[in-house]
Amino acid sequence: MYSQKVMDHFTNPRNVGDIPDADGVGTVGNPICGDVMKLAIKVRGGRIVDAKFKTFGCGAAIATSSMVTEMVKGKTIEEALKISNKAVAEALDGLPANKLHCSNLAADALHKAIEDYRQRKQAESA
Amino acid sequence: MRRVYLDHAATTPVRPEVLDAMVPFFTEKFGNASSIHSFGREARTAVDESRDVVARALGADPAEIIFTSGGTESDNTAIKGVALANRKKGNHIITSAVEHHAVMDSCKSLEQLGFEITFVPVDGTGMVSPDDVRSAMRPDTILISIMHANNEVGTIQPIEEIAKVAREAGVYFHTDAVQSVGNLPVNVEQLGVDLLSLSGHKLYGPKGIGMLYVRKGVKISPYMHGGGQERGRRAGTENVAGIVGLAKAIELAVEEQGEYARRLARLRDMLIRGVMDRIPDVVLTGHPERRLPGNASFCFKFVEGESILLNLDLQGIAGSSGSACTSGSLEPSHVLLAMGLPHEVAHGSLRLTLGRDNTEEDVQYVLDTLPGIIERLRAMSPFGR
Ligand SMILES: Cc1ncc(COP(=O)(O)O)c(C=O)c1O
Ligand code: FES
Repeated sequence: MYSQKVMDHFTNPRNVGDIPDADGVGTVGNPICGDVMKLAIKVRGGRIVDAKFKTFGCGAAIATSSMVTEMVKGKTIEEALKISNKAVAEALDGLPANKLHCSNLAADALHKAIEDYRQRKQAESA
Repeated sequence: MRRVYLDHAATTPVRPEVLDAMVPFFTEKFGNASSIHSFGREARTAVDESRDVVARALGADPAEIIFTSGGTESDNTAIKGVALANRKKGNHIITSAVEHHAVMDSCKSLEQLGFEITFVPVDGTGMVSPDDVRSAMRPDTILISIMHANNEVGTIQPIEEIAKVAREAGVYFHTDAVQSVGNLPVNVEQLGVDLLSLSGHKLYGPKGIGMLYVRKGVKISPYMHGGGQERGRRAGTENVAGIVGLAKAIELAVEEQGEYARRLARLRDMLIRGVMDRIPDVVLTGHPERRLPGNASFCFKFVEGESILLNLDLQGIAGSSGSACTSGSLEPSHVLLAMGLPHEVAHGSLRLTLGRDNTEEDVQYVLDTLPGIIERLRAMSPFGR
């Protein structure tokens, strides 16, 4: 049912954990099945230098979380914002139709983390 | 890699004795049981003998046995058949909140036709209270349907007492015994039921064959219309090989029930105790004592069921889960919710169901494997410890 890539990221998830001094954190709940994902980013000079996740969810949710943290590392904020749930699913060689909604979780958590980062920066400069 | 099948509530392998009994009816004894000639008579004899065997095993009369395509058809026939045939008497049906979908959705389909359904609740262990059934009773109640044992959490319902409630009120009582035959003593007289569903593939028989017991005198409409087989109560050319296999499977299951249940219960208790001892933040779902001998079901907090199943499968262990992520509907199991488990706890559901071929080594292997899986997933969970 899952591609080899999904199973690879599920069995060996990259970047699991927290970033104690994170610059942005996004937590989202999946309204469809009740899963939760938390994604933290570290930003230096406008680039995401580190990303870590924690996920309470199915195999697809864990694999997409892992994949999205891999995809954002080294990207500028602007580039990271362009990462869509579709891009994450494609990077995993696709997801079963009933699991596509899980990839929303990862992209949403990323966008929320970036939003959090921007708000913190605004608060600093204000 | 070691492979351990712990999903016997989903299906079981066909026993060699059952397969041996079936094979001739695919090949040399292929006749249609309705035909006059010797080929047909051969098939008819096999069907008749099978009916006798099944009836004897369940304490019924052969004329009370209808062969069907499985548990789902038996449940549909019992509920819709009784409802449609007794509409003049009333349009109210009582069932429980933890039934298999075959019963639940049959009842819901009747709501569309104007029937009224009461779903009686269960307690935290998944038990229906006979008093709740009694209070739900109305003058226009025509049928009560409560399962014998639950497929997800294994809780065994007080069928005899509910049957008394039904009998006092003169209301038909159906039970879905798909999970119980072979695991528990099942005798239609002792249980006091009017209708009983059973399925072949849960008791080491083939898939696609089942049976509905209908007590003499119960008014029921046929579900399948056609060639008048099963005395006009279930049309369709008899699945002779399936019927022969079902009869053999039931005969063996009933014969060996006591020994089988004792063996499984011992393994189950070892499994339950081991899991509860080794893993923190786990809930045993279902009744602590009144549960199917092979059923060990849990909810692990802070983790999700599908990710447990995938990890177990990678280690060769086959289980199942009632978590939202594993269901097509993305809803958690209605059984776990009806027992009052919060959505997020139901999320960590794992059901392991033992069977004939499981050994102590299998249980030990699970106990060696599962704690690491749960720990790893918890370390990944935002709620983890
Ligand atoms: C309690 C119960 N009822 C009915 C069924 C359906 O039986 P079948 O698979 O033979 O249609 C099952 C099996 O999934 C079951 O566990
Ligand atoms: S997170 Fe629930 S189905 Fe994927």
